[in-house]
Amino acid sequence: MSWLAVGAAVRHPSFRQGVNDMLGPAVGVGAWGLVTGVAMVKSGMSVPMALLMSLLVYAGSAQLAVIPLLAAGAPLWVVWLTAACVNLRFVIFSSMWRTYFQPLPLRQRLTIGYFSGDVIFVAFMKRFPEPRPGPGQVPYFWGAASVNWAAWQIPSIAGILLAHAIPLSWGLGFAGVLALLGILLSLLFDRATWLATGVAATAAIAAFALPLKLNILVAIAAAVAAGLMMEAVERRRRGVAPGHGDGAP
Amino acid sequence: MSADELWLVLAIAVLAAITVLARAFFMIPEREIPMPDWLRRGLKYAPLAALTAVIAPEILMTQGNLIGTLQDARLPAVLCATAYYFWRRGILGTIVVGMLVYLPLHVGLGW
Repeated sequence: MSWLAVGAAVRHPSFRQGVNDMLGPAVGVGAWGLVTGVAMVKSGMSVPMALLMSLLVYAGSAQLAVIPLLAAGAPLWVVWLTAACVNLRFVIFSSMWRTYFQPLPLRQRLTIGYFSGDVIFVAFMKRFPEPRPGPGQVPYFWGAASVNWAAWQIPSIAGILLAHAIPLSWGLGFAGVLALLGILLSLLFDRATWLATGVAATAAIAAFALPLKLNILVAIAAAVAAGLMMEAVERRRRGVAPGHGDGAP
Repeated sequence: MSADELWLVLAIAVLAAITVLARAFFMIPEREIPMPDWLRRGLKYAPLAALTAVIAPEILMTQGNLIGTLQDARLPAVLCATAYYFWRRGILGTIVVGMLVYLPLHVGLGW
C-alpha cells in the first residue's frame, strides 16, 4: 500500500469505527501484553531478545506457550510445533477472513493475516456479518488492528523494560481474561450460541490435559457440532409449527 | 552474537513466520476453496468456541485441575463482571468491575 492509500484508509469513517470498537477490549489486551512482556524477561530472556520477540512474533498465546520451552532449551521443532498448534484457531479464522479479503493482492492478504488477532476477528465479524467483500471493511480492519497493535506492543515493551518492578503474583493477566469474557458475552444471543459456549467450555476443560493446547481445537469441533445440531433441531421444530420458532435475531 | 543468541533469533524468526502462515492460511491460495455448506455455517461458532476454550480453564482451573473451593477470587469477579456486562453492555466496564472485585480478594485475602 502506498502512503496515499494509507492516508485515504485512515480518513475513512470505518477506520474510526474500528478504532472505537477496540478501545474497550484494548485495556484487557494491554494487561495481557504487559504480563507477556514480564514473563519473557523473568524466564531469563535478555531484554533485546524479548523486544525482538514481542515486535516480530506478535502472538500472545503462542508466546506464553513457548517461553518456558525456550527457557528450558527445548529442541526448536518442539518450540515451533507448539506455536503452530496454539495458532491453529487462526487457521480456522483465516477461512472466514478469506471471504472478505480474497480480492486483495497476496501481499495485503498476508499483512492483514499478520495483524489479525482474536479480538479484531470477533469485532469485525460482528460489524460485517454478511460473508462477502463490502465497502469500509479494509479501513475498519486497519482501525481495529492499529489499536490492537499499540494496545499490545506498548504494555508488552513496558513489561519487558520494567519486568522486575511488576509483580506477576497480583494476577494482572486476569484483566485479559475479563476482556475476552466481555467479548464472548457479546456473541451470545440465542439458544444455539449459549449451548455452543457451554459445550466448548466443558470440552476445553475435559481435554485440558492434551499437549500443545489442542484442547482449544477439541472445543471448537465440539461447539461447531453442537451449534449445527441445535440449528437442525430448531429448524425441524419451526417446520412442524411455523411461526413458533424462538425468533433468533 | 553468541551461539545461544543466534539460536534464539532463529527460533523467533520462524515463530514470526508461523504467525503469518497460521493467520493468513486460507487467504494464501488464489483459487476458490470448495467448502461444504454445513461447514461454512458451522464455522460461525468457531470464534466463540475459541474464546471460551481460552478463558474457561483460566477461570475454572488451577494448575491443570478443576478448582475445588469457592474461595477463589476469580469466581466472584467473573460473576460481577458478567452481571455488569448484561446491565450496561460495555467491555471496558466489564474489565474494571471484574478487576475491582478480583484484586482486593486476590492480593488482600490471598483467594
